[in-house]
Amino acid sequence: MTDQTRSGLEGVEEGPVPSDVPGPRAAGAPADPHGHPTVAALFDRFGEAVLHHEVSAGDEHVVHVEPTRNLEILGWLRDDPEHRYDLLADVTAVDFGGGRPLQVVYQLWSIPHRRGLRVKCLLALDALEIDSVVGLWQAANWLEREVYDLFGVTFKGHPDLRRILMPHDYAEGHPLRKDFPLRGRFSRAEQTRRALNQDVDRFYITHELEIGREPQQVTLPSSRPATGSEAES
Amino acid sequence: MAQKTVEFTVGRSPEMGMDGLPTTSPVDPFDLPEPQLASEHMLVNIGPQHPATHGVLRLVCELDGETVVDVTPHIGFLHSSFEKLGEYRTWNQIVPLTDRMDYLAPLIYNCAFVMSVEKLAGIEVTERCKVVRVILMELDRIFGHLLWLGTTGIDVGAFTPFLYTFHERERIYKMHETLTGARITTSATRVGGMMSDLPEGWIGELTHFLDTFPKTLEEVHRLLTGNGILIGRTQGIGAISAEEAVNYGFTGPNLRASGVAYDVRKDNPYYDYETYDFEVPIGEHGDCYDRYLVRMEEMEQSIRILRQAIERLPDGPINVEDPNISLPSKTDAMSDMESMIHHFKLITEGLKVAPGDCYFPVEASKGELGMYVVSDGGAKPVRWRVRPPSFVNISVLPKLTRGHLVSDLIMINASLDIVLGEIDR
Repeated sequence: MTDQTRSGLEGVEEGPVPSDVPGPRAAGAPADPHGHPTVAALFDRFGEAVLHHEVSAGDEHVVHVEPTRNLEILGWLRDDPEHRYDLLADVTAVDFGGGRPLQVVYQLWSIPHRRGLRVKCLLALDALEIDSVVGLWQAANWLEREVYDLFGVTFKGHPDLRRILMPHDYAEGHPLRKDFPLRGRFSRAEQTRRALNQDVDRFYITHELEIGREPQQVTLPSSRPATGSEAES
Repeated sequence: MAQKTVEFTVGRSPEMGMDGLPTTSPVDPFDLPEPQLASEHMLVNIGPQHPATHGVLRLVCELDGETVVDVTPHIGFLHSSFEKLGEYRTWNQIVPLTDRMDYLAPLIYNCAFVMSVEKLAGIEVTERCKVVRVILMELDRIFGHLLWLGTTGIDVGAFTPFLYTFHERERIYKMHETLTGARITTSATRVGGMMSDLPEGWIGELTHFLDTFPKTLEEVHRLLTGNGILIGRTQGIGAISAEEAVNYGFTGPNLRASGVAYDVRKDNPYYDYETYDFEVPIGEHGDCYDRYLVRMEEMEQSIRILRQAIERLPDGPINVEDPNISLPSKTDAMSDMESMIHHFKLITEGLKVAPGDCYFPVEASKGELGMYVVSDGGAKPVRWRVRPPSFVNISVLPKLTRGHLVSDLIMINASLDIVLGEIDR
């Protein structure tokens, strides 16, 4: 007999039920690319690297691009004077579960042209790697770290790719994946044991420990130009 | 910073004369070789429990003397995995999760979430509901800015503005309470409308607030805006250029302080914001002082919007009159068979939202708040993602603070107006 009081919590011990209907790609029929000037230009310029275009929620244009060419396409979107998507609003990922590919989603906004565009890349679960866009937008730094932390997508070329919301030595996996149980992968006992055996060092990342451990007796040449605070005063 | 020299300005202790008083003797320095002090970087840990970090934020600073060489923010202490929890809940059950993110301006988050779901589901809310939500969002913009104003004042040593702004915040808390029954965790919205209509006399209370609040704002202006200490602590501190601010993903008052007039209410308007008459204040230097001025002016503009919204508040139903979306009234559910069936269906099965995804940005008090929802046509989201404005804003902290003093780090952190509940989610 189903316990009605627990109805909101089914799946606590396993991941959320993967949806069986629309997968990562089939969410909509191909739309008319001329509805959005950038989409038409993307099709012209990148041809087969633009895999799919759809309109979601009435007026939001979504393009799926080849994941291996994301850097090239996003760089063009940022720099082309006709388009100038200078604000990277968001980087996130969507897992549909059931072994289907993961979507990496870029929300772009062009401040000069007042247009938005959503760019998606599909990554197969056994090849979760994509080029980092930190070189294009610094805003991607923490956003990509979050996707790495919660979904396990590796961003190639990211300057500081480590966990951000979870502890950096978190060993249970990537929490926002559909196969991740709400209570974590380890048993309560194991989680407690790990919590009690924490070492103080784990609160610092490697770089910080180096500073803290070895006092650097560096005698700098006095001809070195003054740093920040002196230059100001 | 190279070698540091220590200057000796006091010589030997003066000798006593016959009368027991010190005889004047020339002060001459010790004849010692100049001490060699090597420059040594020091690791200082601030937080996670520290009042100046405005929440459970931990900053590990590498210092050279008092100059910040580098700072690494560590976040995640409040991580509650709201986005994961959302995947286990029906659309309306997510609303209580949203106000626990930015508990300083909860109504904006409540509204933003349901607005995004409504857009995806193709639900057009009533005119009254739109205006009520505009009122609530603008009220909470003032609410959020007031907290920032008070705590920033404390960070530069001005205690009085804190008392003034928290007095005003208390009045907004009371308005939250009469509207929703809760002061912080409001959960005021539902998909297709509101939890309840505005209570009797609420608009009168709001009008009274709008009439008296500008006086307090004026007083705080007099206390702070021309204050030498505030100016000295903020001007030229933590400056960022317009181009960099956009590249680093700054939004909201932080971006506008750098001179970029990007405001979601103007550039991508929702809820007829284009028909309201208000200005978007922008700064010039992008430093802490400009961020302060922009927020002060934004409160004035919110008052203007609120006055116009009260003026145009139409009568009529607040909820969509569609039994598949809005719950029937309790009286109907108890007396009318059909209403009871609808009530039962909505509660047990939940609202179904069309498949697809929707990114809905709104201008929150901290910046661009984007609610990204992905639905597969079911009663629960496949993915619910919050684009947290503070999260992106605080990631710029290391860049802003390098080369400044530790005390400036506190000021820069305050000027970014972060809320950790939303950064960690």
